[in-house]
Amino acid sequence: MDTTTTSALLYLNGITVSFDGFKALNELSFVIEPGEMRAIIGPNGAGKTTMMDVVTGKTRPDTGDVYFEQGSYDLSKLDETEIAELGIGRKFQKPTVFDMHTVEDNLQLALRNDRSVRATLLWENSSAQEERIGEILDTIRLKPMRSRVAGSLSHGQKQWLEIGMLLAQDPKLLLVDEPVAGMTDVETHQTAELLKEINRDRTVVVVEHDMTFVRELGVKVTCLHEGAVLAEGSIDDVSENERVVEVYLGR
Amino acid sequence: MKAFPITRLVDRGATIFLVLLGAFAIAVPVLNLMTPAGSSLHVSTYFIALFGKYMCYALLALSIDLIWGFAGILSLGHGAFFALGGYAMGMYLMREIGSRGVYGNPILPDFMVFLNWHHLPIYWYGFNHFIYAAVMILLVPGALAFVFGWFAFRSRVTGVYLSIITQAMTYALMLAFFRNNLGFGGNNGLTDFKDIFGFNVQADTTRCGLFFLSCLAVAIGFLICRAIVTSKFGKVLVAIRDTESRVRFLGYRVENYKLFVFVLSACMAGVAGALYVPQVGIINPSEFTPANSIEAVIWVAVGGRGTLTGAVLGALLVNYGKTLFTSGALATYWLFVLGGLFVLVTLLLPRGVIGTINYRLGLRADAKSAAAEDGADAEVPPPAGAAPRAAE
Repeated sequence: MDTTTTSALLYLNGITVSFDGFKALNELSFVIEPGEMRAIIGPNGAGKTTMMDVVTGKTRPDTGDVYFEQGSYDLSKLDETEIAELGIGRKFQKPTVFDMHTVEDNLQLALRNDRSVRATLLWENSSAQEERIGEILDTIRLKPMRSRVAGSLSHGQKQWLEIGMLLAQDPKLLLVDEPVAGMTDVETHQTAELLKEINRDRTVVVVEHDMTFVRELGVKVTCLHEGAVLAEGSIDDVSENERVVEVYLGR
Repeated sequence: MKAFPITRLVDRGATIFLVLLGAFAIAVPVLNLMTPAGSSLHVSTYFIALFGKYMCYALLALSIDLIWGFAGILSLGHGAFFALGGYAMGMYLMREIGSRGVYGNPILPDFMVFLNWHHLPIYWYGFNHFIYAAVMILLVPGALAFVFGWFAFRSRVTGVYLSIITQAMTYALMLAFFRNNLGFGGNNGLTDFKDIFGFNVQADTTRCGLFFLSCLAVAIGFLICRAIVTSKFGKVLVAIRDTESRVRFLGYRVENYKLFVFVLSACMAGVAGALYVPQVGIINPSEFTPANSIEAVIWVAVGGRGTLTGAVLGALLVNYGKTLFTSGALATYWLFVLGGLFVLVTLLLPRGVIGTINYRLGLRADAKSAAAEDGADAEVPPPAGAAPRAAE
């Protein structure tokens, strides 16, 4: 395909990744349009996390193309740092924040700034930065926790902090892996609201198991199975799809 | 750049540390030089030589704490950088002997004459100038660390694997330096020094001077480490130590951060070695033995990893203990004591001496601020979705 003609923000075509003969991804193809929010569902081992690994440069695909920003960047040739700098942020399945740092410092480290050794050595906080951190804290509802050590936060708060760190990175595309795992119903609901808010000016890809949560997001759903796309469409279409039902209930 | 915030560098613990160090650095030489030998206030030259040596170890410990305590890089080969700095200094001291050696050769050190060499090897050129030697003291360990770190960090060698290859590095260097034809005196190393900057190395005044310089080097090293760990750079380091992959996904070049501290730490270790050699009067390949590097890591663990002051305290405590033990009837048990100490610290004081003190103080401060916060919370409604306080 001509990589310069796609309008997609993220373009995956024929991605195959195998680990010791096991095909984690098998000719996986889908596109994400700019400004879209997409939910990716699928049973365990469907290849959801591997797909994220490929997009963020942690895993190199054996075959296939991964392009970012209307085909201008070939992600399969870049490493994690370069991909992060292009504007792809990732939230891990297990909340991964810097436990020893305060909530504020966590965000400070994530803020979009010069990441060079020189710049961080000579770094001085500015009031604009403080303000931006304040805004993010409002968005993720952690303002009272500002100077608390991140390790002391509850599970749900850590998940939000990590989403806040993604926001601070100011990415074009957010990849969010199981944001509501281990959350209470109230927290799940609030997280859905939060992601919708974020989606107003950013493209979001959410990987999730929780169907009520996906339903609440109300966006286009891609169902993966055995490393390939099984079905795509609205949540109602997908959940009525016989193959999807079979895959989920058949296990 | 705006005025550098001095308060950032020197918190309460650092102030106490620097005051104590400064008092020690001044009082000890004064009591040695100004009081008569019989006086009860007199500090012996033996004590000066001993603690001068310990101060060099303390600087080595600081350099290890910087990378291990803050960046999670456990180097079990830091003795190599220490020894290389020591050799660079030793070469300068050898050249300063001049024609006063046993063979009276004005250019060649004794061991070269003994080996029937006729020319000074090229890499010995320039070491008759201290400035050149001083550059080499920083450059040689720094360059080795750069090359080593470049490959290791780029290939993402971490944890125990990195520790093992640092051991291999210092072991390989030890074997190389044992060889006579390498031109560093083989297993005898470099010794028989006469002067340093024209002063007799054996003189009390010179010893006091070197002792003071060693304390000064520890203070400067400490401040450099503080400047680094209190900066945003330092926060990135701690983040790398705890969750390296997260830092990568945030877009930081982790290998550059590691390389920077590793090289800096190697340079500090080199300076420590350079100060050590004139005070002990010899440098030989045994300084490269892996056991030396491991011992240095134990000092840091005992004092408290990631505290800086703890590294210095640990180096002084363990080495003073070692001197007490190995100079008496208990000498044969020293290794058991050292091993036991490491086991005890790991079991009972996993944070080390200073680490435990800081932790206790931190708990007390937390309790205080939590009490204050609880009072304040009463006025502000709890945030939506925030977990109840009791759950924390």
